[in-house]
Amino acid sequence: MAVINSGFGGRRGASDSRLPPGQTLVDDWPVLTAGLTPDVGAHEWTLTITTETGAEYNWDWNALQDVGVEDIVTDIHCVTHWSKLDMAWRGVPLDRLFEDVETSYDYVMARSHGGYTTNLPLEDLLDGQAWIATEADGEPLTPEHGGPARLLVPHLYFWKSAKWVRELRMMPTDEPGFWEQNGYHLRGDPWREERYW
Amino acid sequence: MTARIRASWHVARVANRRPETSSAIRLELDVPTWPGNHAGSHLDIRLTAPDGYQAARSYSVASSGPTTRVMLAVEELPGGEVSPYLVHQLVEGDQLEVHGPLGQYFVWIPTKTDRSPVQLIAGGSGVVPLFAMAAARERETDHADFRLLYSVRTPEDVFFVDELAELTRTTVEIVHTRQSPPEASRPPGRLTHESLGDYVFPASATPRIFLCGPTPFVETIAGWLPELGHDPTRIRTERFGGSG
Repeated sequence: MAVINSGFGGRRGASDSRLPPGQTLVDDWPVLTAGLTPDVGAHEWTLTITTETGAEYNWDWNALQDVGVEDIVTDIHCVTHWSKLDMAWRGVPLDRLFEDVETSYDYVMARSHGGYTTNLPLEDLLDGQAWIATEADGEPLTPEHGGPARLLVPHLYFWKSAKWVRELRMMPTDEPGFWEQNGYHLRGDPWREERYW
Repeated sequence: MTARIRASWHVARVANRRPETSSAIRLELDVPTWPGNHAGSHLDIRLTAPDGYQAARSYSVASSGPTTRVMLAVEELPGGEVSPYLVHQLVEGDQLEVHGPLGQYFVWIPTKTDRSPVQLIAGGSGVVPLFAMAAARERETDHADFRLLYSVRTPEDVFFVDELAELTRTTVEIVHTRQSPPEASRPPGRLTHESLGDYVFPASATPRIFLCGPTPFVETIAGWLPELGHDPTRIRTERFGGSG
């Protein structure tokens, strides 16, 4: 299929080799949320990793900070065709949170305050690829961007980086989460344009 | 319930174009392979320059149902990459690549089970998917009441003026934020926390609510609705902004 839009020039100045196919650079940070923005205070926020045995690994806000927050500079890519480069984040690497977790399951359902869910392979969350993020651009995460804490998995489309995350539940198979049930791709690699299925 | 409609790439031909407002264009596309779409879904338009450079953006579909004539209403985003081309350069007969229909969430599908009223709340060009829902409601003989609350800057910025006036199943309330028509009883101004309740179904009617518009509009209204007693799980939102 080769449709050429002859009068179309495009905005070439914004192109960059770090931009996956079909993406456009933005300087602002658009908000995408399916429903309402939950109001979760840091003092009431907790994170739980749940495994197949029913074992729970819990952190509250202070415990999370004690694990060790690190600085991250990364690009983020939203399935709605925008990307933001060199964003400064702070967060706790999931490698540290999974250190003592015993599981033979390969998939994770991230669950958020407000009911949002998204599915991820465990291997996409480990080896320095994912964090529980608490700051962006030098400020605490605002509620509309998922504050007090969200998942940050920047190598996948950003709907995988669940806002207001509260639980990571291990799963034996790759079950679809919220957007995935609604037509988005199970994995969501921006370099392969895995937008929809 | 309803079978899932699969998204894929299609070649569309511009069958008709006309100004929707001074800054927006209505496009009617003939898409022979279009599988139909639910009211409220969207599609991606991908433009390809002669040297192969491509840019894609998402647009809500104003039409719905089993038709291969797909209607869009696109507002020009000044400085945008795709919308100025669609508004100013595209002519009838041109071809476009479209991918869709997309979105199984922000859609209204008539069901036999949920006959609660439906409240539509639009900010600016966020009216497009909500208009599709109201138009779909017209095709159902027996269904719930619809209301559309439409916040718009001036009378000249109203999309679908004639079609909104002809709706028989949806009560339309337009709130002008900058300039009201001469006959208006309400002075121009934004919706407020206090006035919102005057324009929407009461929480006691347990409406389903679809809310679409620019991010600040959606964030603001979405914050007020639960305070009016509305169940957050019955509110669906779609935000846009900034990448046009």
